[in-house]
This record gives sequence, structure tokens and C-alpha cells, in this order.
Amino acid sequence: MTKTKRTNGSAIQKRLIPSYIFLSIVSFISVFPFYWMITAATNTTVEVARGKITFGSHALENFRNLTAGQDLWGSLGNSFKYSIAQTIVALFICSLAGYGFELYHDKYKDRVFSILLLAMMVPQVATMIPLFRMMSKMKLLNTVWAFMLPAISTPFLIMMFRQNSRNFPVDILEAARIDGLNEFKIFFKMYMPVMKSTYAAAAVITFMNAWNSYMWPKVVMTDNRAQTMPMLIANVANGYTIDYGLLMTGVLFCSVPTMIVFFVLQKQFAEGITGSVK
Amino acid sequence: MNRKKKEMNITAKQQAAGWAFLTPATLLLVIMSFYPIIQAFIMALKTGSSANMQWCEPITYNFTRMFSDKLFMRSVVNTFLYLLIEVPIMLVLAILLAQLLNNKDLKFKGFFRTCVFLPCATSLVSYALIFKSLFATEGLINSILVKVGILSENFNFLGTTYTAKAIIIIALIWRWTGYNMVFFLAGLQNIEYSVYEAAKIDGASGWKTFWHITVPLLKPTIVMTMIMSINGTLQLFDESVNLTKGGPANSTITMSHYIYNSSFGEGTTNFGYAAAMSFFIFILVAVLAFINMKVGDTRD
Repeated sequence: MTKTKRTNGSAIQKRLIPSYIFLSIVSFISVFPFYWMITAATNTTVEVARGKITFGSHALENFRNLTAGQDLWGSLGNSFKYSIAQTIVALFICSLAGYGFELYHDKYKDRVFSILLLAMMVPQVATMIPLFRMMSKMKLLNTVWAFMLPAISTPFLIMMFRQNSRNFPVDILEAARIDGLNEFKIFFKMYMPVMKSTYAAAAVITFMNAWNSYMWPKVVMTDNRAQTMPMLIANVANGYTIDYGLLMTGVLFCSVPTMIVFFVLQKQFAEGITGSVK
Repeated sequence: MNRKKKEMNITAKQQAAGWAFLTPATLLLVIMSFYPIIQAFIMALKTGSSANMQWCEPITYNFTRMFSDKLFMRSVVNTFLYLLIEVPIMLVLAILLAQLLNNKDLKFKGFFRTCVFLPCATSLVSYALIFKSLFATEGLINSILVKVGILSENFNFLGTTYTAKAIIIIALIWRWTGYNMVFFLAGLQNIEYSVYEAAKIDGASGWKTFWHITVPLLKPTIVMTMIMSINGTLQLFDESVNLTKGGPANSTITMSHYIYNSSFGEGTTNFGYAAAMSFFIFILVAVLAFINMKVGDTRD
């Protein structure tokens, strides 16, 4: 019995060989640019141009050149500051709304909800100019507010929290009310802890989006001191001659935070991407 | 009687709390999304510098102008070209990968999934710059092709219209296939294994099972990923700006990139005209969303 099972197993594995080959090729193509980016950050631009794909010894030199020409720590700090602020505020505002729409829903709120969903149709580029003028009139250019205000309330996050709120046990709500907790305390003390996993997934996806955003920061962060990491590396690549070792060092610094988030919280990231679809 | 009144009071209070919960998000969306799109429309009817804007003469001038603007038309054609080539290839690849990874006999599943998913961990600017460097005239791809003997001398991929477009498409497929695969994996995991067992007993081949069972059951996911991909491609910006700078000679520029250049780029800027063009994208996206709702309605 065990023997036939084993032969069966190896027969199945044999049939899967094309799958393994195909998946290996795709995996290689997916990973290689990362590997190359890291090696390039350790080589001089001449070595990179010559096609060297092994690690070199110029990492420190590239890093020094990068920090000499660009405000690396400032931009890195900005990116962290903006992204973390946006994540915290967006999660709070959108989870409040998702909770309100799901657990207090009635005819009118449902109607408001379906109108809000229309915002999904509004492309970023269409609101860019009016929003820029609004931010500039309110003297918010080059502040964290200009960065995050248009991205705090998103139909995607509201929907994600609303969908996941369906699993929130209503009994708890009733019990808490009988215990005399008011509606807001119920949200903070009951809802937030129960919905931890939704918050985690939403946090990962929001942080990634905020960190990676480029067009909007490029519009409102007109001062170099307010620029983000994607803006910094785009500037490095804009020179007449590109120092590839230096550029890839910048790209590495821009990618490491999101890659750490990816490796540590991959499950939450996948959940965040598919968030509002259930 | 008194008790009933009190109960009503409580419900009213709860309803008020409900409204309070959703007010901040609603207000923000109104101010940051709905109000600006109306403003964009009004702005699209005006002309002049940002400080001193006047109504167009005739009022639809900006809208008619864009259709005779060769550069804008080229950006529309480019965007649709990227869309028509990239989206089908990427989605087929994503379904295929999801299907392979959903096999319960497959080993190293987690490893393969992580690898395929990894490109999503880069920012759009980062990967655009990595591809730009890889395909540069003095880049790795060139040195490999020359060493292998396919090319006799280094070729300027990003400086040649057709190859530059191809590289944008390749880069897009690289970045987004894993992202879409995640949706299909989630969709496949919702399909009961017994359905496949039954098909096997009925003697259906692997291909038949895939075509007649998996694809129909994945239809909602396919529609959704398609809509998302089209929506994203219509708004393509980071890649055009950082990978090719829209070049050579604006031959790879996308709609969003051209609008950005017309409103915040170097040289003369024209908010009114840029707003009109951005309204064009808005209408495309809205039509798309409408079709999505129609298709979505009939899917059950």
C-alpha cells in the first residue's frame, strides 16, 4: 500500500516537472532585478555598464556619493513621516466609516455609501490641478497635510472595513450597550481589538501606497526639503550622465522599507490587496 | 408608553452615532474628490494663466482643441496600445501561475508564490529605474546580447520608439502579474475541491476542466482584475516619466504624463487645457466603471 502510494507520488511529481520548470523561470525573472539592484549598488558605474552581476566593494563609496549629492536622510525621514501619518489617520477615519455604514446601516446611509463609491471613478490626474490650487491657497504645500489629505478617505478602505465588519458579532455590541458603554467607547474598546487583522492588512496596503506614491508628492512637495524617496531617486536618474552604482544605492534605500514590510507581513499584504473583495 | 419613548430615544441616539462615525470620511471624500472634479470641469471651460483665468470663446474650446492636438492624440494611442497588449498577456499569465500554484501536490509552493509576488514590493519609480538601467545602452541586457552574439553592437533600446514601448509593456507585466495572481489564487481557493474530483470522475481532461470549470467560476475575479488593470493603465504615469521620460521625442508618452507636463511641467503651462484633458480620462474611467457595474450585475 505504502509502496503504491509512493510510486503514485513520484508519478505525480514527474508530471509536475513542466510546472516546476515554468515556475522556476518566472521566479528567476521576478527576483533577478532585485538581485541585480543590490549588486549594482556595490559596484562602480563602469563595472555595472560592463555587465558585472557579482557583488563588488564600492558600496560605501556609492553611499558616500549619494549622501553628498542628495539629502538621503531627510527624504527617508519624510517618506516615513508622511507614510506613517497617512496610514494612522486613514485607518482611523475609514474604519470609523466602515463600521458606521455596516452596523448602523439604514436606507439613507446605504444611499450615501453608494454615492461615495462613485469616487472610485475619479482618476487622480483629474483632481490634481484643483487640489493643488486648494492646497496652495490653504498654504499647505510642502506639509504632511498636502501629502495625505486627498488620500485619507478612500472608497477602497471604507469598503474593506465595511465588508470585514460583517464578521463583527452584533451580540457583543448589544451586550456592551446593556453594560452602559456609549457608542464611541464600543468602537474603541470592542470593535478595534476584534478587527485587529483587518487593521493590519489595511495598514500594510496603505503604507505601501503612501510610500510609493509619486505623482501627487511631485505636485505638492515643491521644496527639496519636503521631497520623498521616490522623488529623490527620480532626481538622481534625471542627471545628464547617470551613475548606476549610485542610482541603485538610492533605489535600494527606497525599496528596503517596503521589502521588509513585504517579507514580514506578506500574508497581510495579500489580504490588503484583495481587501474589499470577499 | 414611557418606556417606548425611551427606547426610541436610544435608537435615535444610536442612529446619530452612526452618522457621526461616517461623517469625517464622507466629508473628506466630498472635499477631496467630488468638489475638485466639478472644479476641474469648470476650469476646463476657462483659459489663461492660473492667476487670471477667463471663459473660453467658444466655451468648449479646450475640449475641441484636444482632438486636434497631435501630441495628446498620440498619448491616447500609446496608452491604449499599452492597455491592449499588456492587460491580456498579464492576466493570462496571472491565471496560469495561480492555477499552477493551486496544485496541492506542488512542492515549494510558498517559495514560488513569494518570488512571483515580490515585484509588488517595489515602488513604481524604483522598478522603472531598475528597468531603465537594465535596458540602458550600456546596460546589462545589452552586454548579454552582445556577448551571446544576438547583437553585434550595443543597441539604444530606450531611444528607439518600438523597443521603448515594448520595454514599458515588459516592465508593466513584470510589476503587476504577481499582484493580479493574488486575486486569482484567492478566487481558486474558494472553488470546492469536490468540483474537480467530480470532473475527474467524469473523465474531463485537465485542459477541459480548466476551461469549463475554473474559468467560469473565476469570471467575477477576471472581470474585476480586468477593470482594475484597465483603470490603472489609463492613468499610467510613473513608468512613462521615469523609464522613458515619454521619449524618444514624446513617442511613448501617456495621457497622465502629457497632462502633468501641460500643467506642472517646464515651459508654458495651461491649467484649463490640462483640466479638459484630465476630464477626458475621467469620462473614460467612468464609462469603464459603468460597464463594470453592468457586467457585474449579470454575473450571478
